[in-house]
Amino acid sequence: MKVIEIRNLKKTYNTGEVKVKAVNGISIDFEEGEFAAIVGPSGSGKTTFLNMLGGLDRPTSGEVVIGGANVWELSSRKLIDFRMNNIGFVFQAYNLIPVLTAGENVEFIMQLQGMPKKERGMRTKELLEAVGLADRINSRPGKLSGGQQQRVAVARALASRPKFILADEPTANLDSKATTSLLEMMAEMNKKYNTTFIFATHDQRVMDKARRIVSIEDGRILSDERFER
Amino acid sequence: MKDVILAWRNLWRNTRRTLITSASIFFGVIFSTLMTSMQYGSYDAMIDNIVKFYSGYAQIFTEEYHENKTINNSFELGDALMRIVEETRGVTEYAPRLEYFALASSKEITKGTLVIGIDPAQENKVTGTKKWVHKGNYLTKNDKGVLVAIDLARYLQVNIGDTLVLYGQGFHGVMAAGKYAVKGILKFPSPELNKQFVYMSITNCQELFSAENRLTSLVIMVKDHYELPGVMKQLKKKITAPFMVMSWDELQPELVSMIEADKAGGLVMKAILYLLVGFGIFGTILMMISERRRELGVMVAIGMQKIKLGKLLFYETLFIGSIGAVAGLVGSIPIIQYFFYNPIPLTGDAAQTMIEMGIEPFMYFSMAPFVFYSQATTIFIITLVIAIFPVYKALTIKVNTALRA
Ligand SMILES: Nc1ncnc2c1ncn2[C@@H]1O[C@H](COP(=O)(O)OP(=O)(O)OP(=O)(O)O)[C@@H](O)[C@H]1O
Ligand SMILES: [Mg+2]
Repeated sequence: MKVIEIRNLKKTYNTGEVKVKAVNGISIDFEEGEFAAIVGPSGSGKTTFLNMLGGLDRPTSGEVVIGGANVWELSSRKLIDFRMNNIGFVFQAYNLIPVLTAGENVEFIMQLQGMPKKERGMRTKELLEAVGLADRINSRPGKLSGGQQQRVAVARALASRPKFILADEPTANLDSKATTSLLEMMAEMNKKYNTTFIFATHDQRVMDKARRIVSIEDGRILSDERFER
Repeated sequence: MKDVILAWRNLWRNTRRTLITSASIFFGVIFSTLMTSMQYGSYDAMIDNIVKFYSGYAQIFTEEYHENKTINNSFELGDALMRIVEETRGVTEYAPRLEYFALASSKEITKGTLVIGIDPAQENKVTGTKKWVHKGNYLTKNDKGVLVAIDLARYLQVNIGDTLVLYGQGFHGVMAAGKYAVKGILKFPSPELNKQFVYMSITNCQELFSAENRLTSLVIMVKDHYELPGVMKQLKKKITAPFMVMSWDELQPELVSMIEADKAGGLVMKAILYLLVGFGIFGTILMMISERRRELGVMVAIGMQKIKLGKLLFYETLFIGSIGAVAGLVGSIPIIQYFFYNPIPLTGDAAQTMIEMGIEPFMYFSMAPFVFYSQATTIFIITLVIAIFPVYKALTIKVNTALRA
C-alpha cells in the first residue's frame, strides 16, 4: 500500500540575488512498512525534501499526497492537525520539551490528539518500554544521554500512531554505540508496528540498515535501490 | 499537561533570570506604591488640616465678603438660609463665625490678631477646637473670656487669668474695644495658627464689633469628603445672591492647584519607573522566546496549534509580570501600614513649607485601597501589552526556519 506519493516536487529558495534550487523535480512513492534512507552530500536538498513531505516547508511546485490527501492544499491549521495525526518527527537534536519528563514528552502529543488519560498513560508506558527506557519515565531530557533522548523522541513520534516517521539525521549527534542501538530499536519498531521510517542521513551505519536507499544530489534523485535485510 | 503548568515550569528554566525580573518588578511596585501612598497621604493631610482646623468642608458667606473680607460685609442669619442648610441631605453640622482683625495688647505689648467669634459647642463639632486647649478651659456659651493661641500668648506675655485688651474698628467703622480675661491657651499643630488666633464666644464678639446678630460665615460639616460633591450640588442650587457657598477646594484654590501639580509630577516619575519595569519584562520575554525558537518550532511541527502555543507564551508572560507584582503588592502592605501609623517627622525646608501651610511637618502615608491596586493594575496592563508580542510571535512562527535555528 502506498503511504506517500510525491509528484515533481520542487523548491527554490530566493536569497537576495541568488536562487537556490534546493529540490529540483523529485517524484517518488513510499510504501507502508518501508525503512528508507535519503542520502546525499551536504546541501543536496535532503532536509528540504523531508520538510516538504512532512508538511513543514511549502514546495514551490509539485504535490505531496498522503493517504489520498494533497497535503499542501490544506489550510495552515488543518495542516498542523494533519501532521499531528499522520506524521511522526525525529530531528537531529533538541527534539524534546526540556521542562517535561520523558513520559510527559511522549504523552504530550497524545494529549494534543485528545486521547483519554488512561489510554495515554498505558501507551506511554508501553512505548517507553519498547524503546528500552521504562525506568526513565520520570527523568527530564537534561538528565538523559543523547542516545536516550533520541529514543524518547522515537517513542514520541510513534505515540500518535502516524502513517510514517521522518527522521532528519537522527544519529548525527550520537556515538557509534548509541547509534547502533538506536538503529536496532528503530528497525524493531518498524517491524513491530509496521510503521514506515524515512531517514535523511550521511551516516553509513544508517545506510547499512536501510532496506531502500535513495540518493539525491543537487535536488534530484540519482539512484533508488532496494535491499533485502 | 495543562498549559498553565507547562508555562509555570518554563518560567523556572532560568531561575536567575526570572528572579531578577521579578525582583525588578517587586521593587518597582514597592517604590511606586510607597510614592503614591506618600503623595496621597500628604494630600489627605493637607485637606484634613485645612478642613479640620479652619475652613470646614464648605462655607456660606455673602458675595461681598468673598470679594472683601471685612466685617461690613457680614450678614444676619435668617430663617430661610438656616432652613436651606438644615434641609440639605449630608450636612452633619454647621457653625456660625464672626471673624475680624483687631489689635491685642497686654501691658506694653501690642500685636495684630485675628479674632474669631464662635458658637463654642457648634464650632467644636465642626473643627474640633476643644482638643487644642493646651491650658485652662474651653469656652462656654456666651462666655466672656477668650482663648489665646500659644505663641501669641507668649509674645503678649499673658497667661490664664490675665487680661487682654482688644481694640480696632467695628461694624460700619464704629470704635471697637473690650477687656477680656484669658480663659485658656490654645496650641494648634500649626505654628501659623498659633501666632494669630484669639477665640471668643460669638455673642461676645458681636458685642465687641457692634455687629449684633451678624456673622461673616457659616461653616458646614459633612461626614467625609466623598459626601461633599452631593452636598455642594444641593447647596449651590438653593443658595442665591447675595449669599454664596464655597467648598474647601474653592476656598483654597492654591492648595488644589498645588496638589494637581504634584500629582502630575508624580505621574511623570511613575511613568518613567514603569517604562523601566516594562522594558525589563519585555527584555526577559524577548530572550525567552529567541533562545527557544527551535523548541517552539518543534512543538508546532509535531502538532501543537499556533494559537495554543500563543496561549502558553501568554501565560508565561503573565506569570513573569505577576510574580513580582503580587509580591510587591503584598510586601508594600506592612511597610505602608507601619508608616501610616508612624509618619516620618520632617525637618528643613519641606517642614517649613508645611508649617506655613498649617500642616504638621510629617511625611504622611495613605492606606486608601487604590494606592495598592492601582500599582498592580498598572503592571497587569503593562504585562498584557507586552504579551501581545509573544502571542504575535507564536501565531506567525515559521516552522521550517524555526527548526533550522
Ligand atoms: N531557508 C533557506 N533559505 C535559503 N536557502 C536554503 C534554505 N534552506 C536550505 N537552503 C539551501 O538549500 C540547499 C539544500 O539545503 P538542505 O538543508 O536541504 O540540504 P541537506 O542535504 O539537508 O544538507 P545537510 O546534509 O548539510 O543537512 C542548500 O544549498 C541550502 O543552502
Ligand atoms: Mg539537512
